[in-house]
Formats: sequence, structure tokens, C-alpha cells
Amino acid sequence: MPQYTLRNMDSIVKEVSIEPGRVTLNNAEVFKTETTEVGPFLKALYQKSELKYSKFFKMDYLCKLGFMACEILLENEEIENDSDDVALVFANASASLNTDVKYQKTIADIASPAVFVYTLPNIVIGEVSIRHKFYGEHMFFVQKEYNKEVLLSYTNVLFQSTNTKHALVGWIDVDDNNNYSAKVMLCKK
Amino acid sequence: MSELREKLKAQLIEQLNLEDIEISDIADDDALFGDDGLGLDSIDALEIIVLLEKEYGIKLADPKKGKDIMTSVNTLAAYIESNQ
Amino acid sequence: MITIGAHNIISPLGWSSKENFDHVLKGRSGIKKHDNTKLSDTPLQASLIDEGLLEQEVEKYPSLKSYSKLEQLGILSLMPIVNTVDIKSERTGFVFSSTKGNVEYLCETELNKDVLLANAAKNIADYFDFKTEPHVISNACISGLAAIIVAKRWITAGIYDDVIVVGADVLSKFIVSGFQSFQSLSANPCKPFDKDRDGLTLGEGVASVVITNSHNSDENSECIEVVNGAISNDANHISGPSRTGEGLYRAIKNSVSDGSIIDVISAHGTATPYNDDMESQAISRSGLTEVPVNGLKGFFGHTLGAAGLIESLISIMAMQNDVLIGTKELVCQGVVAPINVLKENEPKKQKGLLKLMSGFGGCNAAVYFKKHG
Repeated sequence: MPQYTLRNMDSIVKEVSIEPGRVTLNNAEVFKTETTEVGPFLKALYQKSELKYSKFFKMDYLCKLGFMACEILLENEEIENDSDDVALVFANASASLNTDVKYQKTIADIASPAVFVYTLPNIVIGEVSIRHKFYGEHMFFVQKEYNKEVLLSYTNVLFQSTNTKHALVGWIDVDDNNNYSAKVMLCKK
Repeated sequence: MSELREKLKAQLIEQLNLEDIEISDIADDDALFGDDGLGLDSIDALEIIVLLEKEYGIKLADPKKGKDIMTSVNTLAAYIESNQ
Repeated sequence: MITIGAHNIISPLGWSSKENFDHVLKGRSGIKKHDNTKLSDTPLQASLIDEGLLEQEVEKYPSLKSYSKLEQLGILSLMPIVNTVDIKSERTGFVFSSTKGNVEYLCETELNKDVLLANAAKNIADYFDFKTEPHVISNACISGLAAIIVAKRWITAGIYDDVIVVGADVLSKFIVSGFQSFQSLSANPCKPFDKDRDGLTLGEGVASVVITNSHNSDENSECIEVVNGAISNDANHISGPSRTGEGLYRAIKNSVSDGSIIDVISAHGTATPYNDDMESQAISRSGLTEVPVNGLKGFFGHTLGAAGLIESLISIMAMQNDVLIGTKELVCQGVVAPINVLKENEPKKQKGLLKLMSGFGGCNAAVYFKKHG
């Protein structure tokens, strides 16, 4: 395997982990629900946050998942909105498959533009960027399974060679069976 | 005729995923688009075109006319009534 | 110095980079009107790879029959160039760019695992026995250019010496119907930057290129340097571009430096009313109003995940041949900001090329290429 030099493991400031029915932040549980079903769970997570952001309800599951993971990480952080020094580096295995399957069904009847727009995995980057006015670097990788080293290595390159000072980095996946998981880190240069 | 307007509001909420809005929140002449109104955007406009076809069998011949038709629930209802 | 090595393009305009470039130079387009109910219920302007010709190529390599169309094209495009690098080495990377990969597998009743992009990439890489695990980028329409940027960054970081980048997308009802639902397809071949432009034209294609560290940095020998690249988000809307071209403006700013010589800009130029206006804003705000701009989508259509690669390579070949390519289908420029879009080919010695791309999700990318020698 190529050596992805991991400089600065200290750069990982926080990590949020979302699994069926449960959210942890730096390994401490911060949210738990009875239901593990993706729709109700994500809605409950949104409602708990007391965020007033109607666009949330238009998002597909992948975007809702990534959006909330980033909300949790950015809470109480003094990271300025309206900046280009926050990078977003995400990966998953399913790309936008969960929504692709939904969109495919609409073609049989009348194709839905509101579903089609979410048939690209990088839209989650767009949603987070719009919310926080992040103009910075971003990338969406598709991996067979979560390879954290590759993402952190890429983030390190961004720290070294671009304006990037902070980065939201990690795995956000919802597969075609509605199985979901997210492991996202906040990294600082 | 307000039956159509009430039905439309329910359909808009459903089709456009306006989950945090109730039928009673939408006045008949509220602006659907723009910051002062319901805040719908360009994708919502396209979805309303889908709704017109799916629920009312109306195919919008010229999408550019869509903006006028979709000003409010009133204008939408008027368009539907004149095309049924 | 990180430079462009061997490359290859397969599209309706040809089965090699040279063939594609020659046709573009002569003003030929791959866009035609098609009556293909597999793709669209209504007639469709598109640039489609001839199924018969693809079949003929695949016949030459019987094992290719079991691969998907996307994978066949990826493999065929790699064949002429893969031996210019050491694919058995851990110092050779592989980056695959695609927006929808094998999405037509969704039509099948049972989900085929090769609908997963990483599997599609692995199928292509394994055909040649690449040692390293493919990196896959799916970042909407900037994917191809983003892949070049990622390759350059990996090499700069010392992780690889060579990276092969492949960008590919094939059309399907999934993709065509989606753009139709957005009302964003023109009934005629797209007209980038034209005052009467009314939408984009989709296209199919694949391109492969070697990005390498192994060129000796003798300023006098001919090469094309991948100087710098940048990616920036509009932070505005998930499908509509920023009216002020904010993201693209920042990407341009971050990819060039004060002294950079820019002789030509290869624009994204999708020919939608909003994109081309946005691009003109970004170019103008960057102080590049006089620099010749062209759009290549009138020749290839919008080839999605392959676009960044195909269009960069054609522009690079143009730079190597001292010619600026005119923007096919442009009759009368009509964008909000004053930029200099070329209609016809023009001879011109060039040293610096700026390539721009934008995509859904508010993403924007810019790469600055420099010709040496």
C-alpha cells in the first residue's frame, strides 16, 4: 500500500459518529432514539437540534445525514461563516445510490427534478456550503470501504497547499437498503 | 372553488417537502416564490410543473410562462380551472 | 515539475486523441439528432458513441464482452497509454472520474453490485492489473478536472510519481430524463455563450491521461506543466450557479498567480442561460475580459465525468499546435459580462491555458496549464 503520511493526527479536533438510532461526539453519546429507521431518526435529530432550516426537508437522506453531522461538529466552534478556509472532504461506498433508486422509479411515471438533483453524492457538500457560506475546497471520493488515511492525507495536502485552515472530513453513507452511517471529523491546521 | 385551493396547498406541501408548513400557513394570495413568500426556488417551480401534469393532466406548453402561473395559490388555481 | 504524459480520447469524434483533435480542428461535431427510445421518448440532440463501432472494437478483445459499456470504454481508452507507466508499482496511482458510472444497471430487477462506482473503477483497473487501489471521484460535472487536481496533489505530496486519470460517462434514460425534467436540454445543438442559447446538449466520451513527475525539468524541452488547480463552492444553490460567479471567480483566483500568462480560457460553456452568464461574470471579475475564451461543448456535448479531461486535452493539443479553437455553434455572443469568446479558429502561439468547469452542488474548478519549450 502506498504510504499516506499522516502528519498531524493532532489536527483532528472532534469526531461525530452516527449509527442506527445513535449519535456520539468524541465517543460520548449525545443522542439516542428508539427508532433506527432512517427517515424518522434524521427528523428527530433535526428537531432535537432546534435548528430552523426549512431546506432540510427537501434534502435526501444522504444530505440530511451529512448536514446534521456537520451541524453537530460546528456547534460551539468559532469557525466563521462566509469563508473559503473550510474544506469539505467526504467519501462513501454508495455515492447517491439511495436516491438513484428512488429517481429511477419516478422515470416510469413522471421524472422528478427535485429527486434528480440529489442523484449526485457531492450535493451534500453543496448543502453544507450553502448553510454556512463555505466557499472552500471540497471533494467527494467513492471508496469500497472507509479509508480514513486517504481522506486525511488529502486534507493534509489542502492544509499545506491551499487557504484551507479547517476541514470537515469523513464518511457519509446511505445505501439502497436505507442503512446509514457517518463518521465525520473536524480537523484544524 | 376554495376546495381546489385547499387541495392545492396540501399537494404543494406534499410534493415540495414543505414539512414544517401547515395548510393554514399558506394564504391564497401569498407569494410562492421570493424571500417574502413561501421561499420556493427554481427546483420547486419545476416540481410544480410535474404536479400540474401528474394531478391535473395539464402539460405546461411554455415553461417560461410558468413564473406568472405560479405567483400564488390563486394564480395556480385559476390556471388549473381554465385548463380543465 | 508535474506534467501531462500520454493520453487518449474516445468519443463520437474518434478513437484516439489525434483523431478527435483533427475533427475538432475541421469544425466537425459529434452532436446529431437521435430517435432512441432507450434514452428518450422524444427526439434527442446528443453526441453518442456509435454502438456498432464500439462492438467492433470490443470484438478485438473477447474478454471485454462481459464488461459494461462504461468499463469497455474505460479499458479501451487506457490500452494505448497504460504501458507508459509502471502499473505494478505502488508509486503509480489510478484515479477514476464519473458522475453516474454504471447507473443503467438500475433497470435490472436485482441490484448489480457493479452499480457501485468503486467496483466499476476496480473492474477497469483490474483488467490491467494495477497494483494500487483506484481513487474514485464523483463530484458532478467538475469530476474530470477535479481528478487532474487530485492527481497533481497526490504527486506533489510525494505519494505517487505517476497517476493515470480516467474520466468516463455514458448516457442512459436515467441521465437524459433528469436533464429533461430540469428543462435544460436544447432542441438544437447547444450554442455556448450565444445570445439565443437555450440549453445544453449531452454527450458520451472517455479520456485517459498520465499525470507524471518524471519529466526532467529542463525548461527548454517541450512539455505541458500542470501548474496549479483549485476548487471552490458557490455556497448559493444546489443546482443553479451563483449569479456573480463567486465560486468560479475564487477558483480562478486560487489557481493562477499574479504573473501567470493566460493566453486562452477553455470555458465550461454548457450553453444554459445561467451558466454562461455566470462564467462571463467570473472571467470578467478576474480581470480576464480580453483573453480569448472558447467552449468545446458544441463539438462533444456535455460529457459529464469525462468533460474536464476531454476538454482539457483538446485545449492542450490546440496549444501544442499554436491554434485557438473557435466555439462551435456560437453565432452572436450574448452574455452579461464583456468577455472575448472566439467564434472561429485562430492561429496563435500560446503558453498558458486556463481550464474552467462548474457543476451541480455549486462546485467549480480551475486548472492552469503551462507550455514549456
